[in-house]
Amino acid sequence: MAGTLWIGTRKGLFALRADGARRDWKLAGPQFLGHIIHHVVQDPRAPRVLLLAAKTGHLGPTVFRSTDRGRSWREAARPPAFRPVNDGEEARAVQRVFWLTPGHHTQAATWYAGSSPAGLFRSTDGGEHWEPLAGFNDHPMRPKWAALGTPDGEFLHSILVDPRDPRHLYIAISVGGVFESTDAGSDWTPLNEGCAADFLPDPSVPFGHDPHCMVQHPARPERLYQQNHCGIYRLDRPQRRWQRIGKAMPKKVGDIGFPIVLHPTDPDTAWVLPMDGQSVWPRTSVGGRPAVYGTRDGGASWRRMDRGLPRSQAWFTVLRQAMCADTHARPGVYFGTTGGEVWASTNGGEGWRCVARHLPEIYSVTHAA
Amino acid sequence: MSCTVRIASPLRSYTAGAATLAARGSTLAEVLANLEQRCPGIRFRMIDEHERIRPHMRLFVNTSEARELSAVVRDGDTVHVICALSGG
Repeated sequence: MAGTLWIGTRKGLFALRADGARRDWKLAGPQFLGHIIHHVVQDPRAPRVLLLAAKTGHLGPTVFRSTDRGRSWREAARPPAFRPVNDGEEARAVQRVFWLTPGHHTQAATWYAGSSPAGLFRSTDGGEHWEPLAGFNDHPMRPKWAALGTPDGEFLHSILVDPRDPRHLYIAISVGGVFESTDAGSDWTPLNEGCAADFLPDPSVPFGHDPHCMVQHPARPERLYQQNHCGIYRLDRPQRRWQRIGKAMPKKVGDIGFPIVLHPTDPDTAWVLPMDGQSVWPRTSVGGRPAVYGTRDGGASWRRMDRGLPRSQAWFTVLRQAMCADTHARPGVYFGTTGGEVWASTNGGEGWRCVARHLPEIYSVTHAA
Repeated sequence: MSCTVRIASPLRSYTAGAATLAARGSTLAEVLANLEQRCPGIRFRMIDEHERIRPHMRLFVNTSEARELSAVVRDGDTVHVICALSGG
């Protein structure tokens, strides 16, 4: 069984299912027609379970849970929400649940959620009831860490749980930077040394950066990769200084993008999808010629992988949750565009074909085994 | 106090499709609490965690827009839950 690609869009949820060879893809859905679906994530500890972050244009944000591989869904009894405030405190309300991450494999019912404005939430009952994580949300530095925001507020995303230690967490904030906790989220420290922030008056600040997507390799958890607003980076802990591996990308293409995706077993292999970050930031594929770039040596070198992709006049934008890999020995790599197309490679990015089109604006593409 | 609540279509997944419901309460807050008891989850989609009406929601008591949940609801009133036109 090849599994399912869950496609979260601005107008609902779709599923793409392939045969065992991943040749024929069948589109199902929509479910939640008219809902904005920011993220859909399978629970690797209980593969029948999926969580989904949703809202609509009118209604407040919430989380739905499925225990039957997405056939039916039930809303959380208590969705992520900030705590009540005291007089004089800023009353922040969750505008969107933007990110979902399953907890550590030893904590079977734990999930994390990230929101806009930047908030961190935890459920210890499988996503039914959510509590704000005070260690971050009420951290005295939080207003400074996430001060700049984006036009849609700051986004807390890329919540990473160290597979070796459930107390060791990373988060990323756009705009705010990367932060680390070693005590299950009670306290946090910025982790941005080496990252550029050339949009700030002082580019050497300890926080205020714009990580677009951060990933941790499951087989080598000390290794982090980051696609940032200002380049592609790698960090091998316990080092604290990110290395700009995007410097090895072709100068004409640059190293700006939203997603970064890792090979399921090889920590040296990763894929990115560069976008145009010049002048007024069109955020489209560079020159109208979309290409995935892959590295097999931890970012020391990158190779263009565009066979099957349009050769010209294709102005893709691919958002940070909208690219993923599956877990095959020769991994499938997938991405969805804001123009509603899903592209698939079943040979590690060597060749591509469009497996769905005419969908609404795609926010999230995730693989479920 | 007993009133009628008219439910906008985006919220009818919580009311088993019903467009109107009878509810009890002498303020909007009490009416919504009564509604929440029978339709779990509906209130948070309209009201945020700081008791504010969400930006794209509008609540009316009869023909008067209610900006606060303390708005008085009288016996026989109709509460309208309206989704403001927005987006594309």
